[in-house]
Amino acid sequence: MTTITADTRPVAAASARPAERMRRVARRWRYLSNAGAALVSFVLLVWTIAPLYNMVMVAFETEGDVFSDHLWPSPASPESFWVVLTEGHWYLEAFWHQFGNSVFLAAMVTLLVLVIGTLTSFSVGRMRIRNGWLITNAALLTYVIPASFLAIPFYLIMNRYGLQNNPWSVIAVLVTFATPYAIFIFQEYGRSIPLELDESARIDGASPFQIYYKIYLPLMAPALVAVGTYALLLAWNEYLYQFLLLSNDRSMTVAVALGKFLNSDVAPWNYMMATAIIYAIPPIATYYMFRRRMSSGLTMGGVKG
Amino acid sequence: MASVSVADLGRAPARRQTLWRYWRGGLQGSEFTWAVAFVIPYIAVFFAFVIYPAGYGLWMGSDPALYAEVFSDPIYLNTVVNTAIFLAFGVNVKLFLALLLSGFFMRPGWWTKTLLLIFVLPWAVPALPTFISIHWMLNGEWGLVNNFLYIVFGIDGPSWLNSRWLALGSAIFSHVWKWTPFWTVILLAGRMSIPQEIYDAAKVDGATGLKRFLYVTFPLLANLYLVLTLLATIFLLGDFNSVYFVTGGGPANSTHLLATLGVVRDMLELGKPQLGVAAVMSALPLLIPLVIILMRKLRTAEVQL
Repeated sequence: MTTITADTRPVAAASARPAERMRRVARRWRYLSNAGAALVSFVLLVWTIAPLYNMVMVAFETEGDVFSDHLWPSPASPESFWVVLTEGHWYLEAFWHQFGNSVFLAAMVTLLVLVIGTLTSFSVGRMRIRNGWLITNAALLTYVIPASFLAIPFYLIMNRYGLQNNPWSVIAVLVTFATPYAIFIFQEYGRSIPLELDESARIDGASPFQIYYKIYLPLMAPALVAVGTYALLLAWNEYLYQFLLLSNDRSMTVAVALGKFLNSDVAPWNYMMATAIIYAIPPIATYYMFRRRMSSGLTMGGVKG
Repeated sequence: MASVSVADLGRAPARRQTLWRYWRGGLQGSEFTWAVAFVIPYIAVFFAFVIYPAGYGLWMGSDPALYAEVFSDPIYLNTVVNTAIFLAFGVNVKLFLALLLSGFFMRPGWWTKTLLLIFVLPWAVPALPTFISIHWMLNGEWGLVNNFLYIVFGIDGPSWLNSRWLALGSAIFSHVWKWTPFWTVILLAGRMSIPQEIYDAAKVDGATGLKRFLYVTFPLLANLYLVLTLLATIFLLGDFNSVYFVTGGGPANSTHLLATLGVVRDMLELGKPQLGVAAVMSALPLLIPLVIILMRKLRTAEVQL
């Protein structure tokens, strides 16, 4: 055995054909790059998972267990989820009502963004209304203004008109800040639909509204899904305006309730994290369901954080 | 003389007609009415919820005496320093990581695809629960980070949120954690849109490895990278959640950003919204040039992200 290897090695080295050597270098290079990739993957996994792991861990702790040092609770119990779902803590008395508020808010924002966005981009992109570029620019401008910069004046205005604790005040802001993105995506996507379709429908006597409703909207379906998902997530996840404008127990959303939880002195952390997880599940599910549509939308149009 | 006046008489109505046609932009009869009706909702939203609050804010912050008060406030000066640090590190670390990681996720194979699905979690999960989780992780006595340090390495970790620089670092870290996946996905889409033929041609010319990145990929991504840097800067200027939930502006108001200072400290704690508006408006000399450059870029590039 040893003699054979001893024999063959010099032969291999002597032959040392360039092709052979290159293959060996390539193989070593591939090993190295795979090892590097594994290392990067590991770091990425830990980096990504750590805060989420912490969230789950605290949610599975029992009341007194939160204040102890461990990396996983010894008696892990799903009790806090049960407490949240049955509104079993005085912080959570109105949990389902608040959940309903969040759903209502997100649904209304999505609907309005889709309606206003498609109407505008139909008029500007398909009917080519004169000076439509002004509207596009207005949208672009809204898109690049940080929403939080308008928070103070908006809050004061809404107070003046007595609209605090009214969900429509928040819906108005969120629609304002989500529609510009919708207009971009719709205009970009609309370019792939031939204008001749509109022309022929018009010759057949269709009114603009019929063209919009019967030709434009059905053909825009993929863009509608992408933008709808975007608006839904934006409305569900937004915090600042909901916090400012919806402050009483009946009008607030889950996001505001969570923030209030954090600011109280004796926050029951396990219930809070359980609430946070329940709050996070709908957007995560929506995101992964429509991920492909959304990322095609992202590459097509602008981006909004 | 007479002939001229006749010509004028003949031309005047014609000119009025062309002007009218110009305004209608080739739309006939009721079509113009429809087109206008379609854009009215967006125009109404824009004026009511962008122009009105922005104008109101400008009017509130128009008193020069306010700025004297703002600039003599040591907490405000700290905030400006924080914002500069946040911008310098937050934007660049985030985007540079995203640039590198987008290259990593170009690797073929099921493993990278699965990892990408996990990697986008921070972006898919709403900001609020994760930031609350990070806040608790960083708790000096009971947080996961210090527990980990103690159990694995036997070190007592610092109390992260009680020192200004550690707290600010934590906020930047959380921001980077939350937003890197988002920019990675966009840069990944940018990389994917580079045609393979270019790489093949570069390979024939001998560009591999680092050279391939420096001379092929990066020049093609440079414009996108620039636009993303501008966008990220603007979004970060208006960031509220990462500071508000991770550090709460503390310790002793030393880690505020402009938005949290204006809204939380000035308006809600001190009850002086004018001061808050002035603090936020002091970012305009930076924001306005950025917005102008970005709008030109986005318009000329036809939002080819």
